[in-house]
Amino acid sequence: MPIKNQIKQSLIIAFWFMILTFPIMVIKVNTIRHTIDFRWANFLWVGIVTFFASMIWNYFLRRNEEQKKTDIADDIPLIHKLLQNDRFRRPFLGLVAAFFIAYPFVFPMYHTSIMISALVYVMLGLGLNIVVGLAGLLDLGYVAFYAVGAYAYALLNLHFGLSFWVVLPMSAFLGTLFGVLLGYPVLRLRGDYLAIVTLGFGEIIRIVLENWDDFSNGPRGIGDIPAPSFFGHQFGQHDAMIYMYFIVIGLVLMTIFFVHRLEHSKIGRAWIALRDDEIACQAMGIDKFKTKLTAFALGATWAAMGGVVFAAKTSFINPMSFTIWESITILCVVVIGGMGSAIGVIAGALVLILLPEYLRAVAEYRMLVFGALQVIVMVFKPDGLIKSVRKVYTFKAREE
Amino acid sequence: MEPILNVTNLTMNFGGLKALDDVTIRLEKGQIAALIGPNGAGKTTFFNCITGIYEPTTGEVQITPPGKNTQSLKGLKPNYVTERGIARTFQNIRLFHGMTVLENVLIGRHCRLSSGIIKAMLQPPSQKKEEKKAVFDSYEILEKIGLAKYVNDMAVNLPYGAQRRLEIARALATDPFLLLLDEPAAGMNPQETKELDDLILWLRDNENVSILLIEHDMKLVMSLSDWIHVVDYGKKIAEGTPADIKANPDVIKAYLGEESDDA
Repeated sequence: MPIKNQIKQSLIIAFWFMILTFPIMVIKVNTIRHTIDFRWANFLWVGIVTFFASMIWNYFLRRNEEQKKTDIADDIPLIHKLLQNDRFRRPFLGLVAAFFIAYPFVFPMYHTSIMISALVYVMLGLGLNIVVGLAGLLDLGYVAFYAVGAYAYALLNLHFGLSFWVVLPMSAFLGTLFGVLLGYPVLRLRGDYLAIVTLGFGEIIRIVLENWDDFSNGPRGIGDIPAPSFFGHQFGQHDAMIYMYFIVIGLVLMTIFFVHRLEHSKIGRAWIALRDDEIACQAMGIDKFKTKLTAFALGATWAAMGGVVFAAKTSFINPMSFTIWESITILCVVVIGGMGSAIGVIAGALVLILLPEYLRAVAEYRMLVFGALQVIVMVFKPDGLIKSVRKVYTFKAREE
Repeated sequence: MEPILNVTNLTMNFGGLKALDDVTIRLEKGQIAALIGPNGAGKTTFFNCITGIYEPTTGEVQITPPGKNTQSLKGLKPNYVTERGIARTFQNIRLFHGMTVLENVLIGRHCRLSSGIIKAMLQPPSQKKEEKKAVFDSYEILEKIGLAKYVNDMAVNLPYGAQRRLEIARALATDPFLLLLDEPAAGMNPQETKELDDLILWLRDNENVSILLIEHDMKLVMSLSDWIHVVDYGKKIAEGTPADIKANPDVIKAYLGEESDDA
């Protein structure tokens, strides 16, 4: 677009915003003196700021498009290049490991606590990434499985005194079971219909927990959930937090390990194929229903484990922790991080969960900045922060 | 000898529309047969009925894979049909665009691999070996089809002709005894069509597959096929060798319209 047109467009946008914000930015009604002030300076400022914002926005959009044209093949995110390069991989991973090991000892407890939350979201994000990112099933009720895990720990502990380490594997199993139970009837649907039905299922679980008083203690929730023990030894509050932190690190590593393996196995390829083209997928001999169900159930497995960790960390849960917004946040983690990309999801979780916490400095505008950032990421990086890269196979065997 | 594909009295109704009306087609082992007919004659519907995407209203679809017993395919889901050895390509290319060329072919191997979820997570030696072999086999198929140079490219970035060939490669990876090709030459230039011609003959001679193809390119059909079936308005109107079909007045009528007396 020639520069002249662009200026014209930006002028129109600026003018439109000036009119749009006129009632709130310019007119000021004084109800005591019954006078109206017109703040014309504001009128001008809105115009100037919008004009330049629009110009910058356009500039970046255009640059983005041009980049896309020039390098289709060489479009690998920096972090993948780093990880593929043998010289950089070890120092890079070492640095990341050192950072995460030192983290709880360097930073105060508050930061450790936030980091635990973020890492739980990494687990949830990686789990949902199987369902949404790889298999392409839009699941808006993912939080239901998170609730299943959290309540499993709270209730089993309350009634039977089962410890964290006993419930963790049990919850994985329970999550899978619930995934299959819920998935079985709804996975015949697809796209928007599936999204709505899963949304409903998510709400059902929450409403049941809220109203079935005898079972779940209703909205009052369940308190005094013990933190995990270390071979029978209970830590003090500060040490318990650090211990929890390392448990979560361990779980996240396990999640990354298994999800990575799944992604590059027969079943992982089937998920991606199913996302790309259902009919072709079936014609290639893949059982559509079974494949979808495994994705749904495995996603639920990690959500349930995340739930156990959440319950153990907060020591109190009630149904309010498992609203639809939780599902949306996890979905945002996956979409903004990069659908189908494990590294992207990890980055997405850390940014999306940590950022609002650190934005408390600009408390009033926190959600505004946060929302704007999400829009900007989606406009300029529609594939997410770090997009997925397919595995490259080499064929050395043939050259011998 | 039993025909490898024996479709008898196949009828497919969509509400009031008879897309296929009492079609009977037999295919011998090692044959290259063509299914031709004007647009909307029901050719692709026929493919969809065989491969389980549609369930035929009435009629019977039977196969006799080499060295196995005759079995019915009616009512089977598409993935089970593929498992039994019938692979297909699509008229409008349906590749998995989020995957590389090799992975597309690996998907074809999917139904011949046995490792499940647990094995995928724990990766015991048996799984690793199987996976390695699958990758190797897929690469070999790509070499045969002539796509080895694209192996790690994204499928969507391939030239058009190569995408069509990749569909065939992917179908071949399922170890079929019968390959259904739905307009494999659509949109190809003469050079690409010539290469496709060679490829199909090569497949029949070297890969031990029989082929049933839908095609509009008459030159390709006539030079390639051993046997031609013609359908029009869902009914089969003729079958025979290419020479027979060329001379058949019904076929000419279906394609060119009836000659009126006063013209």
